[in-house]
Amino acid sequence: MIDSTLTDSSQPESGVPSGVDRRSFEDRPTKVRAENVKAYFGKTQALKGISLDILSNQVTAIIGPSGCGKSTFLRSINRMHETVLGGRIEGKVTLDGQDIYKMDPVSVRRRVGMVFQKPNPFPTMSIFDNVAAGLTFNGLAKRSALGEIVERSLRQAALWDEVKDVLDKNGMSLSGGQQQRLCIARTLAINPEVVLMDEPASALDPLATAKIEELINELKKEYTIVIVTHNMQQAARVSDFTAFLYLGELVEVDRTKEIFTNPRKKQTEDYITGRFG
Amino acid sequence: MRQESPSSALFPVGARVRQRNLGDAVFYRVTQFFAFMILALVAVTAYEMYRTSSASIDAFGFEFIVRSVWDPVRDEYGALPFIFGTVVSSVLSLVLALPLGLGVAIFLSELAPAWLARPISFVVELLAAIPSIVYGLWGFFILVPWLRTSVEPLLIRQFGSFPFFSGAPYGIGMLAAVFILAIMILPIISSISRDVLTAVPISQREAALALGSTSWEATRIAISYSRSGILGATILALGRALGETMAVTMVIGNRPTISASLLEPGYTMASVLANEFTEATSELYISALIEIALILFVITLVVNAIARLLVWSVTRGSEVQQ
Amino acid sequence: MTFHFAYRTAKSLMMYALCGVSVIVALVPLVMIFYHTVSMGGSAINLDFFTQLPKPVGETGGGLANAIVGTMILVGLGSLIGLPVGVLGGIYLAEYGNNPFATAVRFMTDVLNGVPSIVMGVVAYTLVVVPMKHFSAYAGGVALGILMIPMITRTTEEMLKIVPRSYREAALALGIPQWKTTLRIVLRTGLGGVITGIMLAVARAAGETAPLLFTALNNRFWNLSFDQPMASLTVFIYNYGVSPYDDWIAQAWAGALVLITLILVLSVAVRFATRSAFRGGDA
Repeated sequence: MIDSTLTDSSQPESGVPSGVDRRSFEDRPTKVRAENVKAYFGKTQALKGISLDILSNQVTAIIGPSGCGKSTFLRSINRMHETVLGGRIEGKVTLDGQDIYKMDPVSVRRRVGMVFQKPNPFPTMSIFDNVAAGLTFNGLAKRSALGEIVERSLRQAALWDEVKDVLDKNGMSLSGGQQQRLCIARTLAINPEVVLMDEPASALDPLATAKIEELINELKKEYTIVIVTHNMQQAARVSDFTAFLYLGELVEVDRTKEIFTNPRKKQTEDYITGRFG
Repeated sequence: MRQESPSSALFPVGARVRQRNLGDAVFYRVTQFFAFMILALVAVTAYEMYRTSSASIDAFGFEFIVRSVWDPVRDEYGALPFIFGTVVSSVLSLVLALPLGLGVAIFLSELAPAWLARPISFVVELLAAIPSIVYGLWGFFILVPWLRTSVEPLLIRQFGSFPFFSGAPYGIGMLAAVFILAIMILPIISSISRDVLTAVPISQREAALALGSTSWEATRIAISYSRSGILGATILALGRALGETMAVTMVIGNRPTISASLLEPGYTMASVLANEFTEATSELYISALIEIALILFVITLVVNAIARLLVWSVTRGSEVQQ
Repeated sequence: MTFHFAYRTAKSLMMYALCGVSVIVALVPLVMIFYHTVSMGGSAINLDFFTQLPKPVGETGGGLANAIVGTMILVGLGSLIGLPVGVLGGIYLAEYGNNPFATAVRFMTDVLNGVPSIVMGVVAYTLVVVPMKHFSAYAGGVALGILMIPMITRTTEEMLKIVPRSYREAALALGIPQWKTTLRIVLRTGLGGVITGIMLAVARAAGETAPLLFTALNNRFWNLSFDQPMASLTVFIYNYGVSPYDDWIAQAWAGALVLITLILVLSVAVRFATRSAFRGGDA
């Protein structure tokens, strides 16, 4: 079920827009539910009450013009927003029904992994250590099991064949696209349930982008994926659901096909047809 | 969208501290404790010197700083000759170093191309890294003989009628201290002034040039724009000169007299400490020396605080503009 | 009008020429100091200088082995104080340093950096020498340690601040706790810079004379006992430099040569470390 609520709605549960067949959303259980999430940078409000359900093993794309709060919303799901100076969240975010703001942020982030806009492998570590970092630093895996996990993660990230002979080389020695897949492997290694991707391909060339998109399609078999993108074609290609954010508000959310062929809101239509943004 | 950039305050402190895990809370408190130690250190320093100089403070009161008698035999002490020597040597060295340091800064920020400016600023900053004792040795064996044989006889011949240059050419004396201090503080003035000049927005200069100014006139506008930063650098250099010990001790002559002539020996607060602390026999003697250290501490604290505030006000502003 | 403009242009050139002259004037002392130190001290640099003890007055030869070892011990003791306070204080300022308390600490650190080193000697005297009733290596170490604190604090802060935020975020997003992120990602990434900064602070401490004069005092003999007066290279340079004996004076210059070589090497290292850091790294 997906709830789309504008700020005027105070009842997120009944926020499904009229005219949408609720049953069509109920093919998957809800993994992450945001209820009236408001985010602040100091005194500036970046999110004005977002309510949204993210379904299990689906790819949910978040689109919208720059500054609309896409990244902020993403970062509210794994409690990264609060690591920014003045960053503050109101509202409720649940993961499998548990309020993540009542959990230890560290354990939330282990269950909700994140891939950033720019590839950011740790510069002092080898490829192997980069992938293993989340495990070794937390004592989550035995030394003997590491090799297997690293290989599995790199295979999942479709990077294994390219790096299997150079695992002890520095992670920064890879190309941009490879670095990004390394970061994806690093995120997968801690075996998260949800993977957040903040414009993961925006710093990459078209070929590398295609690889990442292909990968996303593979990964949704095992993970719930939320991807922020400013590229509407990309959203159309990779996602099952698309949410359109504008000026910190959720304008519309629907099956991706619906959003791109038959948007219900004029703002959405204007945006996807390129009339603004 | 957030800008990705290195920044201070990466982990905000506040409402969420309680929700951190135990390791984070402990680590935060430990680092905070050590940061607090730095503040505590300043307080302990001030208190310790105040406590141990109480004998002298009780004996001489405020008069200590205006008495010019320094007589360990009769146990009579006053700080005036040292304050005089410290202030005169520092201020005169600033007079020499300021135009030179500014010239270097302008050269580095306005004239020299990067490939030249970088090695030159590195080399000039090396001057700041040379240990004081090496300056002292060099001053004692190279600068002082040169002053005695070349500079001072000339000064006496030309300007001997002025009280500033009367007397005999000892070499050792106030003039030598001024020279050596000027060399030592020059890099402070030049490197900070270069930083603040570089921080002047290009628009300031372009506006001047667009109005038909020559490039020097544009530079002058840049200087006046960054004058509080340059003033800060100057005061910082003053602070360094006030407390400079070994180099001055080796060339100033170490005699507690107040003389108008730069050719006469003098004494500074720092050098009387260096010279007489281990020889001080009576309790009052040591106490008087520590009181001098306390005065020096307070003066340099104030001078540095003013300088830092000035430099901060400029360079912080530039961070915002960039 | 044209005459006036020519005058202004000429003045502009003149002033710039004067700036160039100031650079030359500023560089002359540096060149001379290096030249004289090498020429006067080079002849006294030999194996004995590093391995022999000082000879009694009147005998030639000998070396400053005890002073070199003494300086190492004193700086080592100072580091025991300066390193933990400086590095952890620096970490606090870099990672949590956006509050009034941190601003106060940062300000006081800068101010403390400008307090004359001899004042730190006086404080170490009142804190250590007076209670112990005699001069000792401990007292010298305390004085040097206090001096090192502000230098190490500020370099640590600066070096950690240039580590891009994205590495911190990557680590946090992997569920690595903040303290481990700081120590094992941020500090590890900035370690080269932090270490060279520390080395520079160590070199500066090794070059300090004034705070040792009435704390560690001096010692003409071998001494490895920390509660006894201890020799240091700088105090020997001072004592030998103002002595009337030629070979002592030559040894003083040799000591100065050792010191400035140390400083020069470390300054170049720091320059290199700070400039090559993160070039092309995080983009």
